[in-house]
Amino acid sequence: MPAFLAHAGTAILIWIFELSMIPVLVWFERKASAYMQDRTGPNRAAVLGIRMGGLIHTIADVIKLVFKEDATPSQVSRFYYTLAPMMAMSVALLTFAVIPVADDLAVGGQILHWQVLKIDAGLLWIFAVGSLGVLAVILAGWGSNNRYALLGGMRSSAQMVSYELALGLSAVGILMVFGTLDLNRIVQGQGNLLFGFLPMWGVVVQPLAAVLFMIATLAECNRTPFDLPEGESEIIGFHVEYSSLKFALFFMAEYVNIVVAAGITATLFFGGWQIPWLPTASLEAHARTVLLVSLGGAAVLFLLLAGASLRWSRRLKRLYADARRREGDVWAGLLLGLAALCLLGGILALSFPSQGIAPGVFARVAQLGVFLAKVVVLSFLFIWIRWTLPRFRYDQLMNLGWKSLLPLSLLNIVATAAVLRWLGR
Amino acid sequence: MKVPSPRLRWYERLYLYEVARGMKVTMGHLLRNLFRQSEMPTIQWPEEPKPLPVRLKGRHRLTLRDDGSPKCVACYMCQTACPARCIHIVAEESPEPTIEKRPKVFDIDMLRCVFCGYCVEACPEDAIRMDTGEMAIVSDKREDFIFRIDFLLRGKGEEWKEQGVAESPRRGGLAEPPDDQSEQDLDGGRAGKPPVPSQW
Repeated sequence: MPAFLAHAGTAILIWIFELSMIPVLVWFERKASAYMQDRTGPNRAAVLGIRMGGLIHTIADVIKLVFKEDATPSQVSRFYYTLAPMMAMSVALLTFAVIPVADDLAVGGQILHWQVLKIDAGLLWIFAVGSLGVLAVILAGWGSNNRYALLGGMRSSAQMVSYELALGLSAVGILMVFGTLDLNRIVQGQGNLLFGFLPMWGVVVQPLAAVLFMIATLAECNRTPFDLPEGESEIIGFHVEYSSLKFALFFMAEYVNIVVAAGITATLFFGGWQIPWLPTASLEAHARTVLLVSLGGAAVLFLLLAGASLRWSRRLKRLYADARRREGDVWAGLLLGLAALCLLGGILALSFPSQGIAPGVFARVAQLGVFLAKVVVLSFLFIWIRWTLPRFRYDQLMNLGWKSLLPLSLLNIVATAAVLRWLGR
Repeated sequence: MKVPSPRLRWYERLYLYEVARGMKVTMGHLLRNLFRQSEMPTIQWPEEPKPLPVRLKGRHRLTLRDDGSPKCVACYMCQTACPARCIHIVAEESPEPTIEKRPKVFDIDMLRCVFCGYCVEACPEDAIRMDTGEMAIVSDKREDFIFRIDFLLRGKGEEWKEQGVAESPRRGGLAEPPDDQSEQDLDGGRAGKPPVPSQW
């Protein structure tokens, strides 16, 4: 029963996390791109004067997309046309299932796995399910029964199939180093130290593979600089014929794909749920200290943010005459409350038990938090890259994939094999 | 014509180094704009006043004599000059013995007005000016855009210029230099005191 609860709890948590990352990523995309281009970005939509730095605009976007007319062209083959967006979204959501979010926990003679789907061939699952995404693209292009959509679908699927090779081959290096396909054991292996001080993260032992993998995931997610399907003005992508919520599903699937790609990259190359220099055993042993330090850090951070909000509040009061003038005060109050809550929690944490199940559970929660933080940072990296680089031309894209990434990933396998042989493994 | 492309160094051809440099640029902009929001070039109009050029043609107003009656003598010059045909005047007899006519109706249809300023130039009495500094004329009804004579007579000029010309601290602000002599001359003396004719 606890094992089932662990799986179900992780499933719900992952599901909520993936879906709630969509508006956050859309917000990142709009606000970060605005700041990178010296614009202010969305800052008008408000609920009772609270604008959350433009996050409310995402709600407005969703309302717009839901209430738009869902126009279905008469020539489409209805079944595939409807199936494609559903497939894009469900495939994107499924891939995360094998990713472990925390270390195993032994409770009452039972080992709980914090992983929705505990299978030994986790890495294979990722590639198997991830490559089904191509099918959604092809179906959308074919089902639309539109020449441009078909060409766009062919182009995108060719891109995804080509980069899947480099993606899979660069992950082989990790496979050789850690000797397993089980993602949780790969992450556990990354907790070891190299030369006694360097965490043995995938990016440290396989730097070339990490770079290749991240480039290939960009292409797999159809993100810039490989976002040919999105080149609305110059070439037309597979989703020309889609409107309203069907288009929104493709759009959301793209963001879920970013989260999934960030999760896989974090798991394979950035230590998954591992906190550097703090393996599970010592995390459990020093649970109270870690808890106190993190609560104190959070309190300081909240206080700093509250100070910034108060400063911002003065500017708002000068600018606005309506409900928006209060927003800075609202945030400052909220942040001060959070800081007070952290301090209160710190006082309570002084009597945190060092025996029983509590330190183990705390360690898992801390690992979950670190893992999700890594995912958010890597997702931001995707957006950062998008607003920096121009788009590749199609032939450049294929050249890079077949003539650079594929040979390099093969070279990486050979080099890894040679090094492992030399080390006598 | 053959344009030679610049020879790239090996680290430039590797692409990754240049990518990192580009990402440094974008992150620099992001951080600067995040922490120094008040220095961003964007003006949060209409909450934040925009520095206006002193010669801006805003919406019209009708000027008054010292006794408070309109200067307009209903001569139809502005209505005739108007290329958009947005001015509609109906004259009536003036009670003043020295003045022949005065406007009974003076309507300006702001939906037709093209803000060319010909009416101001045509006016022999300096009765119509476009110096209110109001350029946002907003309503959700068409009728509201037809400005009647009593509204036009209530318009205020001059005042906005004092705050409008103020030097903006922003990057890329549109503030004009503080009014020097040339600005006064170009303005036809409407901005401040009439220019003193030096010598003919």
